[in-house]
Amino acid sequence: MEQGNNANPVSKQVICIIVDNQPNVLARISSLIGRRNFNISTITASETNLPGITRITVVVSGDDENVLHQIIAQTEKLEVVKKAYLLDMSNTLYRELLLVKIKSDETNRAALMEIVEIYRAKIIDLSKSSMIIELTGLPEKIDAFMDMVDCFSIVEVCRTGVTGIERGKEELKW
Amino acid sequence: MKLNGGNIVCEVLLEHGVDTVFGYPGGAALNLYDALYGYQGKIRHVLTAHEQGASHAADGYARASGKTGVVFATSGPGATNLVTGIAAAFMDSVPMVAITSNVASSLIGRDAFQEIYITGVTLPITKHNFFVNRADGLAHALRESFRIANTGRKGPVLIDITKNATAESCEFEPMAPYTVAELPKAADWEVQEVADLINKSERPAIYFGGGATASGAGGGLVALAEKADIPAAHTIMAAGVIGSENKRNLGLIGMHGTVAANMAIDNADLVIALGTRFSDRVALNMEKFAKRAKLVQVDIDRSEINKNVSVDVSVISDVKYFLEKLLPLVEERRRPERLAAIDSWKEKYRVEKDADSDSAGVIKPHQLIGRICDMTDKETIYVTDVGQHQMWAAQYIKHKNTNSFLTSAGLGAMGYGYGASIGAQMAFPGKRVVHITGDGSFHMNMSEACTAVSNRLPIISVIFNNRVLGMVYQWQNAFYGGRLSATVPERVTDFAKIAEGFGARGFRANTLGEFESAFAAALKENGPSWIECSIDREEKVLPMIPNGATVEDIILE
Repeated sequence: MEQGNNANPVSKQVICIIVDNQPNVLARISSLIGRRNFNISTITASETNLPGITRITVVVSGDDENVLHQIIAQTEKLEVVKKAYLLDMSNTLYRELLLVKIKSDETNRAALMEIVEIYRAKIIDLSKSSMIIELTGLPEKIDAFMDMVDCFSIVEVCRTGVTGIERGKEELKW
Repeated sequence: MKLNGGNIVCEVLLEHGVDTVFGYPGGAALNLYDALYGYQGKIRHVLTAHEQGASHAADGYARASGKTGVVFATSGPGATNLVTGIAAAFMDSVPMVAITSNVASSLIGRDAFQEIYITGVTLPITKHNFFVNRADGLAHALRESFRIANTGRKGPVLIDITKNATAESCEFEPMAPYTVAELPKAADWEVQEVADLINKSERPAIYFGGGATASGAGGGLVALAEKADIPAAHTIMAAGVIGSENKRNLGLIGMHGTVAANMAIDNADLVIALGTRFSDRVALNMEKFAKRAKLVQVDIDRSEINKNVSVDVSVISDVKYFLEKLLPLVEERRRPERLAAIDSWKEKYRVEKDADSDSAGVIKPHQLIGRICDMTDKETIYVTDVGQHQMWAAQYIKHKNTNSFLTSAGLGAMGYGYGASIGAQMAFPGKRVVHITGDGSFHMNMSEACTAVSNRLPIISVIFNNRVLGMVYQWQNAFYGGRLSATVPERVTDFAKIAEGFGARGFRANTLGEFESAFAAALKENGPSWIECSIDREEKVLPMIPNGATVEDIILE
């Protein structure tokens, strides 16, 4: 996993993989990625509205055409994969979810709330000594937010990795 | 009808025309083997000495016959012993169905006795694998296994079955095998594009590999080579697709390829790569490979395009189909000066110039292979292990037919040969099978002699005994200043004696003459024979282009 603090959006590509939702499916994909020495930043998986179909989103650093072709073509050879394709960056919405727990008491709560407000994040848990903040957005926005709260005492961070969906009314087909 | 899982496995095998399986029983496989007992006369089970031998046998059976090789193993060590054989089949795109047994589903995940997560182990070396823990999932998974193994680029599939699933009964409906999807075919405009390139080219060359073998493209290749006067080089996966007597056949390409093949590719202005992956043993320097040429790559697997070497034109197609479409579009051409250059390279570096007397004391490898070819007919299947003898066999055998040279090319698995020979001989009882091996490789799986004896398989193993691990020994001498680390084992194995101990015939030869009489005697045997041939440990595999180098750096002596 890459930190991506100074991520340049151009150098990242997102691949969507539509797979049969069966046991081991994520292991098959990650085994392939490991075996082929593909360099990926994040991978996410979730069920879809279609029964038995899971969607996996992989973020790849770099935009070497041969590398991207290799990842897609090799992935498509897996029996469980229905389709793998590169998302068109200009026509796709990307989001990532961040949960971060920060040490916080009356001395810094106001300062944190101000940052949360500006970033349109949410405080989803508050105690005398800590708070948990939720933020959804482009990975770059999350990186910037993390930069802002870096000077506070961070207890735990959890990011989901990027997922993306193309605009328009076209349905998923394979 | 209601059948138990073990019987369902056998029924589905019969649906797919399987009459021979290789394997080894065990605790978790008891139900399956009990079912097999009832199928005697329909399914022949060949018991090997070791599961690795069984997996190589299934591989050799498949390569020789074009059918799907089937191998059985029990759970745990039985399953893990298949791994090298499955990997060898995977690397060389050989259709195989491996059926492993596992512990009962109630015990899965508890580290039960002989429990191994074999589907996890084989993820990266199978096209796909299945884990089946209920009898009613068996028929579909098995039919899928055969379909997947034979679809597109072929390869191994593993199906792991829990012990309870082979005991339970369920409804079984006989069915025809699932339809295998058609191979991809080039579009007409793609064929035209390549034809135009060939018609414009002054110095074209063909380079073909396992995809040409798998698609049976020999006839098309010869026709193209002759019509447009194009020389053709092959990888080790495609020995025999064009007969070695064909004057446009350049022979083996790559690290230990011929000077003619490597020169022709290097100075070509157009290289047509058919069913091949530009592996590191061919494109030794991936940036400089065929650097003067426009590259065309034809393959059924689109992930092969630009994987190792970037090409100018790519076509996703079955090679045979592509050649059929291409031939009428290619103009007839004569290129006498090019063929003359190739002839001169061939003549200049021809090893066969040596006299027989050179083998008077110690046998010369190429003369030994020459004798084997002289004394066997054109239907002979040659099987090798891995190392120097393998390269000599690839270089010097007078290859005549597709699927008649079986070797672990991609994985390079020493110990492949005996099992694969058994598989080939089971597929073709009437053909002669000659196993060419080295003392290093043979030590790995020589125990399969017992299998050859039990099944009266007249396999002749010719052991190139140089008393060193020759290929590594050669590299240590060439590139590591002669620091002979672990390559001179000081073994005193008496192969002829061991052969007799197994119930096979054993021979020893120190001269070509002795070899001839031993081989003549072996040809008359009904069971296996071993002929140990003494060769000099300083014999090298030449020519050689080191990793990262080009034909300009070729080592000739």
